[in-house]
Amino acid sequence: MTQKNWTPLDRNAIAKRVAKDIPEGWYVNLGIGVPTLVADNVPADREVIFHAENGILGIGPAPEPGKVNPWLINAGKQYITLMKGGSYFHHADSFSMIRGRHLDLCVLGAYEVSASGDLANWARSSTDTAPAVGGAMDLAIGAKRVWVAMQHVTKDGAPRLVESCAYPLTSMACVKRIFTDLAVIDVTPQGFAVREIIDGLSFDELQAMTGAPLIRQDAA
Amino acid sequence: MIDKFSPDIAEALDGIPDAATILLGGFGAVGQANLLIEGVLETGVRNLTIVANNAGYGKVGLARLLKEGRVRKLICSYPRIVGSTIFEELYSSGKLELELVPQGTLAERMRAAGAGIPAFFTPTGANTLLSQGKEMRDYNGLPHVLEQALYGDVALVEAWEADRWGNLTYRDAGRNFNPVCAMAAKLTIAQTQHVRELGALNPEHIVTPGIFVDRVVHIPCGDPVG
Repeated sequence: MTQKNWTPLDRNAIAKRVAKDIPEGWYVNLGIGVPTLVADNVPADREVIFHAENGILGIGPAPEPGKVNPWLINAGKQYITLMKGGSYFHHADSFSMIRGRHLDLCVLGAYEVSASGDLANWARSSTDTAPAVGGAMDLAIGAKRVWVAMQHVTKDGAPRLVESCAYPLTSMACVKRIFTDLAVIDVTPQGFAVREIIDGLSFDELQAMTGAPLIRQDAA
Repeated sequence: MIDKFSPDIAEALDGIPDAATILLGGFGAVGQANLLIEGVLETGVRNLTIVANNAGYGKVGLARLLKEGRVRKLICSYPRIVGSTIFEELYSSGKLELELVPQGTLAERMRAAGAGIPAFFTPTGANTLLSQGKEMRDYNGLPHVLEQALYGDVALVEAWEADRWGNLTYRDAGRNFNPVCAMAAKLTIAQTQHVRELGALNPEHIVTPGIFVDRVVHIPCGDPVG
């Protein structure tokens, strides 16, 4: 193995790259993990309205120490703040926003994404010892766009972008774009199309870490 | 004069039978009627089916009910949260039946029950482990799952304010599942942090109208402790 001349993006850098693609005016739901970091990476002068499953539109930044409102948490059970113009509503209305295709975007984490856009992000096996689905299946089917933010490979180096998912599916053919620590990849009718690769990493090296064929595509 | 207030928790909970299905509002620690839930423990009922987003945390509320072996079945979207150790022990040792439901389907099944809709088709969960054995139908070229309304014998909700007609408001993210639970049960019991005179609540701000509420008990238990 020769010396690597590339450095994968850290978690915040992945979130920053996702944020770059979110235009002003979108209503956006962020999943747990790297997606949660996206909110803090949207420029302050760009109005994007963040939604939480537990009945909130207009999530603001994390509260300052000593200013926590114990009644105000997000879907990940973290304390948050509400922006001017924010609103509260009950769970059936909240999921009407999701399932009724009102959200412009949902950014989720994933275990695997297939070349046809199938998403696996809720259970590690069909006999998971403590399964939990939350809003993942609602978001995957309901948001106008589903993007995934995740590591390109597992801790053991196995690809997470695959021909077909081995983990239990969250939803079929729903993922449109994937942001990893190595690349930005669109899911197209022809399969995975590479929009960007991090500096120093070649297309062939990226392909070697991906479980399905990659298509070369100039960044739009 | 209509007065839905009960003087104490025991009276508010009077008449809950064994094997009841109980709907619980709340999301994590916020908006969950923990003192009513612990009051259910005191009534001695068992063999319960509990419907809730999470499976309790720490040693309070639902976690206590689970620990004391009063719950036969849990219908839940996200049982595994930080501190849900009692659930995990019971589930992994086969002492608790779990019906896992996508969160939006859970909310909609209760809303449907409250709205007189016995079942509905949704694309959520189609062709996944959670749609196995359920009727499927294509709409607009996409597979949909038939989901059943989820009726409660009892709903336990936490309000911020209530008046004697049972009109309720909620605080911040404490609203969550409470309004849909309130409309889906035969007997809805609310614990409220504050009591207001009839007419003091702004009609524009009442979230759950009293028609969905049978009993109210004043429990000023303070901020949620997560």
